[in-house]
Amino acid sequence: MFILMGVSLFAALLFLGAYIWSVRSGQFDDKYTPSVRILFDDEKMKTEPGEKPGTSKEEKK
Amino acid sequence: MAVKFDQYSPAEKPVSADEKRLCYHCGDVCPDRSIAIGDKYFCCNGCKTVFEILNTNELCDYYSIEDTPGISPKQDLIVDRFAYLDEPTVREQVLEFSDGKTEKVTFQTPAMHCASCIWLLEKLHDMDGRIYQSQVNFPRKEVTISYNRETMQLSEAAALVSALGYEPLISLDTVGKREQSSAEKKLYLKVGLAGFAFGNVMILSFPEYLSRVGEVDPVFKLVFGYLSLALSLPVLLFATKDYYTSAWAGLKSRTVNIDVPITLGVGMLFLRSAWEILTQTGAGYLDSFTGLVFFLLVGRIFQQKTYDVLSFERDYRSFFPLSVTRKVNAVEAPVPIAQLKPGDRIIIRNQELIPADAVLLKSGAYIDYSFVSGESDPVAKAAGDFIYAGGRQVGTTIELEVIKEPSQSYLTQLWNNDIFSKPRHSRLNETVNQVSHYFTFGVLAIALAAALYWLQVDTGKAIKVFTAVLIVACPCALALSSPFALGTALRIFGRQGFYVKNTEAVEALSKIDTIIMDKTGTLTEARHDIIEFSGGHLTGAEQGWIKALVQHSTHPLSLKIFQALDVTATESVAAYQELTGQGIQGSVAGHELKLGSATWLGLSGEARQVEDLKTRVFLSIDSELKGSFLIANVYRQGLRPLLQQLGKRFKLYLLSGDTEREKATLVNLFGSEEELHFRQTPEDKLNFVSHIKASGAHVLMVGDGLNDAGALRASEVGVAVTEDVSAFSPASDAILTGDKLQLLNTFIKMSQATMQVILASFTISVLYNIIGISFAVAGRLSPLVSAILMPASSISVVIFTTVATTLRARLLRLA
Repeated sequence: MFILMGVSLFAALLFLGAYIWSVRSGQFDDKYTPSVRILFDDEKMKTEPGEKPGTSKEEKK
Repeated sequence: MAVKFDQYSPAEKPVSADEKRLCYHCGDVCPDRSIAIGDKYFCCNGCKTVFEILNTNELCDYYSIEDTPGISPKQDLIVDRFAYLDEPTVREQVLEFSDGKTEKVTFQTPAMHCASCIWLLEKLHDMDGRIYQSQVNFPRKEVTISYNRETMQLSEAAALVSALGYEPLISLDTVGKREQSSAEKKLYLKVGLAGFAFGNVMILSFPEYLSRVGEVDPVFKLVFGYLSLALSLPVLLFATKDYYTSAWAGLKSRTVNIDVPITLGVGMLFLRSAWEILTQTGAGYLDSFTGLVFFLLVGRIFQQKTYDVLSFERDYRSFFPLSVTRKVNAVEAPVPIAQLKPGDRIIIRNQELIPADAVLLKSGAYIDYSFVSGESDPVAKAAGDFIYAGGRQVGTTIELEVIKEPSQSYLTQLWNNDIFSKPRHSRLNETVNQVSHYFTFGVLAIALAAALYWLQVDTGKAIKVFTAVLIVACPCALALSSPFALGTALRIFGRQGFYVKNTEAVEALSKIDTIIMDKTGTLTEARHDIIEFSGGHLTGAEQGWIKALVQHSTHPLSLKIFQALDVTATESVAAYQELTGQGIQGSVAGHELKLGSATWLGLSGEARQVEDLKTRVFLSIDSELKGSFLIANVYRQGLRPLLQQLGKRFKLYLLSGDTEREKATLVNLFGSEEELHFRQTPEDKLNFVSHIKASGAHVLMVGDGLNDAGALRASEVGVAVTEDVSAFSPASDAILTGDKLQLLNTFIKMSQATMQVILASFTISVLYNIIGISFAVAGRLSPLVSAILMPASSISVVIFTTVATTLRARLLRLA
């Protein structure tokens, strides 16, 4: 019983610690940009003159 | 070649795609097809350059994320424009971090507006190998760049960002202020801590509630008690600190604010629980205690709606640039403004600000004072004329001699007024604090009376009852209703383009009875003018000639006429001449064109009289008078109904720095002329507000320029009207986008509705308290009753206020 209590409290403290770390490290500073950033592709591309605006690689195939 | 005047957006007319092309980069209409790469057309060379930079760096994904995301680079690129950033003193202020090898800097770039912007600004390292990394914070419109110190200068980083069209905003004000978020972080930590303690203490309390007496093993009971106490201690010491300090500060200034009964209740709750647990006489109320603190803090977070991009505290320093070009022995070099001394010679280019009171050395200056004085037309100045700081040069590059240091200039002296040094009259939660005043004494009286009664019946119970009353009467619901109602209103306003600084300003807005308005930039649109041609009919060819002529001139009126003419200039101009203060002339396609003032064109009598009232530019072709261009202020849409509605409910005044020339229109709008005041200096405006405030009025000041700064500050609620929220606006309580001015009356109604909701929720919270106190007085406040009653009252008040406020907003068509 006491072990169980200890374990549950320890788990809770672990989450509290994680929360404190996330606030401290600035994860709550900007709640918008990362959501956009994750959608960008990393590959490079060059629009050749003559190509229509907005044409992506997928459409070319 | 066509010139584009970015700040005067052309009147939008439906044009077929054949006639006009949209710029591939920024999406503006291209004046002609002269600038193109392949089948991509550009409105100006600036846009073309940015496209070329991106194309060479294989970054054309920029255009596939969103259509025409670009920003046209505004100014002609002056190579050493950012050179001042490399001065050691400036560098130190601007840099965020430097270890000799790597440097990190954060620029504010208000032009960033879409996903493409984020993508491009985070790809800077692909464009310039010396940049290690760049990261965007979109809500703040900031980009943080780290680069190699050994090979790259700070000025080069700024120039790169600027070349892409994201002009970094570097002013004395934006330099070195990044600490404001730490308070918010602390609040998040406190909520986390309180929430953690609340959840765990509640779990530990369940056995006590769910079991009958004696069923729980006393050992467990003891352990649970001590554990709860240990969990609650950090909540008491860390999370509720703000309430103690605020209550103490209130008591010291002899006011009983809402935090006094909260502190009393919370403190009692903890002490009594600790006592019960340590003496093993009961289970205590620690779950109520932690839950209460948690709800209170959540309310605080909700109340704090911050607009990261906006600053409500700007003064003239953020309006002025960081540096100016100084000329010493014919050598031009940038110098920080703070180092300017009387006698220095400075160079001011087109669209630059004059940072200090100065004397003009060469003629040809047109100073636009609209932001400083409210005068809407640029003023021509001749050599030897005195020029006040804050004016913006329109046209050619001019040279000036500084007379006074920037901090001592005519304009900046406004900030030496007492009103800016005194902290503003604190009106923190006025209504709530008034209520809490009576509330606290009422509760104390009940607690004492109950204790006295029980002293005679059962001495042991007296102290218990006394503490129980204080505990249950803790005005948690009372304290929550106002942050949630006002916070909801704040968010509704924000969605409508009305950005209010804090909840106190919403409350103050509900109590105003007088409204004072500025004219230029507030009632009128700052960047649009009506341009009409009166007189004969102009053929398309004639319009083309005029356009060809005016494109040679940098005079502000020429710019306005240029963008009003919807034709292409094809002819070239011969024998062009510009006569300062009079007009321009030239020969186009064999015709003599003259464009200028009535006197210059030899007109007399009537024509000149009209000229005094409105700005007119007369035109003659081959010495024959054709007519005149009339340039008038454009009043904002919906102004007439707005002023009529406001006039019924409030006392209205107009304070304008401009001349009486628009008086007739304004009398028509306001209904009478007693309330109209013209030619007001910034001090006049400030004194006027202070004066009518002294006679008991509650003033809402609506203004836009630096000249309104004093009045905005002196009023109860200062609202700054602006076309572009990320541009400069003077210190104020709220920032309103110009096209939403017509909703001002609705906004005021909404704030009043919000206050009604708060009062209604006070009633609910008092009802809860009556129930709770009756339990307490009877000496039957068990931990279970308290654990149910307190969260129930808090949650129901929160739901009621939020829903009621949103409903009221719906009724006013705001949500």
